Amino acid sequence: MSAVLRAEGIWKAFGEREVLRGVDVTLDRHEVVALIGASGSGKSTLLRCLNLLEPIDDGQIFLDDEDISDPRVDANRVRARLGAVFQSYNLFPHLSVLDNVTLASRIVHRVPRRQAEERALALLERIGLADLAREHPDRLSGGQQQRAAIVRAIATDPEVLLLDEITSALDPELVGEVLELVRQLAADGATILMATHEMAFARDVAHRVVFLDAGTIVEEGPPSVVLASPREPRTREFLARFTA
Amino acid sequence: MTDTPPPARAARQPSALELDRRAFRQRRSRRSVLVAIASSIAFAAVVWATVINTPQWAVVQQTFFNPEIAVASFPRVWEGFLLNLQVLGLSVVTVGASALLIAVLRTLRGPVFFPVRFIVAAYTDIFRGLPFIIVLFLFGFGLPTLTNTRIPPIVLGTLCVTLTYSAYVAEVIRAGIEAVHPSQRLAARALGLGYVQTLRRVVLPQALRKMTPPLMNDFVSMQKDVGLISILGAVDAVRAAQIVTAQTYNFTPYVVAGILFILLAIPTIRLTDWYTARLREREQMGSIV
Repeated sequence: MSAVLRAEGIWKAFGEREVLRGVDVTLDRHEVVALIGASGSGKSTLLRCLNLLEPIDDGQIFLDDEDISDPRVDANRVRARLGAVFQSYNLFPHLSVLDNVTLASRIVHRVPRRQAEERALALLERIGLADLAREHPDRLSGGQQQRAAIVRAIATDPEVLLLDEITSALDPELVGEVLELVRQLAADGATILMATHEMAFARDVAHRVVFLDAGTIVEEGPPSVVLASPREPRTREFLARFTA
Repeated sequence: MTDTPPPARAARQPSALELDRRAFRQRRSRRSVLVAIASSIAFAAVVWATVINTPQWAVVQQTFFNPEIAVASFPRVWEGFLLNLQVLGLSVVTVGASALLIAVLRTLRGPVFFPVRFIVAAYTDIFRGLPFIIVLFLFGFGLPTLTNTRIPPIVLGTLCVTLTYSAYVAEVIRAGIEAVHPSQRLAARALGLGYVQTLRRVVLPQALRKMTPPLMNDFVSMQKDVGLISILGAVDAVRAAQIVTAQTYNFTPYVVAGILFILLAIPTIRLTDWYTARLREREQMGSIV
């Protein structure tokens, strides 16, 4: 197994506040990794750094062994190979669901509109949103919006999918449909790095769990170990608060 | 001299790689500066060769940028400009007050206020549509004719500017108030704040932020439109320049007056840019894209 995405010694500070303090993460092809940790532990920042949406202060990021943290690298080209889904969906309100999904295909990847729409409709069909393809996002429920946002991210066949707490803004009864979609993607062999608070889901779907605390990785390993019988006291403390 | 400052927290030493990257970024930005300088010099050379270094340029310079006429006309133009400033100063107060009144009248609820709302809405529609020059003719010349008295141009000018700009500014204020999300009103009312308290403590402070850029824009626009009061026969900067031009057959006085108006506008324009940049900064998360 070769690492698709590999981050080494990532440091990131906002002003005086050090958010990431030398983080190492690797992601193998077809691997699903869950990033857990308290709010403010640096999960979202790490994902944004990997996506080059946030400049890092130190360290290196490799995508297929290419150093993408090199300032000579075209960040747009790198981001076009990664998919990202945000906590609050971030669908474009002025575009229909279909146009949201096909935007990057058409504009960045230069796929002809017809072809892009065929593929988008097929994807939307699969998750039961084809009927809503011509609607604008504000006509959709939160769960539907987030599923549309996931489809938007995978429409360009990204090598890695970065999911940033994608169920945190959803009503509890809508969380299931979104997680079900992620589960399908994982079963289809997608490479996923997801920041999440859904421990049960992480246990089910993730191959590996990484626990981030105060900007450093405290513990990582298979979910059966990290979530069930963690070695580190800080991990135990965090998980205890969660299941309490 | 016994006090020593506490030792600063030891800064982490960046890796050699990171230092390399920083050096590269610095080299790149230095190169950008050099490219900018080189292209500016090249551009200046082209302008010099095609515009300034031509026989016609001297004529243009004589007609529009004659230094002697500029100096000679300056005192008269400046004196006129002071009248513009007075009208502007008065108008800021009257426009502010009447626009706020109009905006509040437009937001009044309840069927009793329908005629008030209707009149105010009609007023803003009419005066935003009516060209300022027609307002000047109608009121600036019409009013003295009607009352058969001589009204000083400073009063007439202020009146006309106020009539027109109140309509614009009132709409900006109203839009600002309505742009504050209704959930904010709900939250304030849920805390027990009354209608006026909600307006003053919660809605207006947020509305003000949204309103400031368009308000400043209207202010810049008003700064130069006070130059139109020359139509009323007032000897303002524009009229003074016109008089000197008529005497000398040279257009330099207009340029002098124009420069005065530009100098007046620049601080406001810069302030607006600075303010909108600051707003943007505060509302972003500090990301680069």
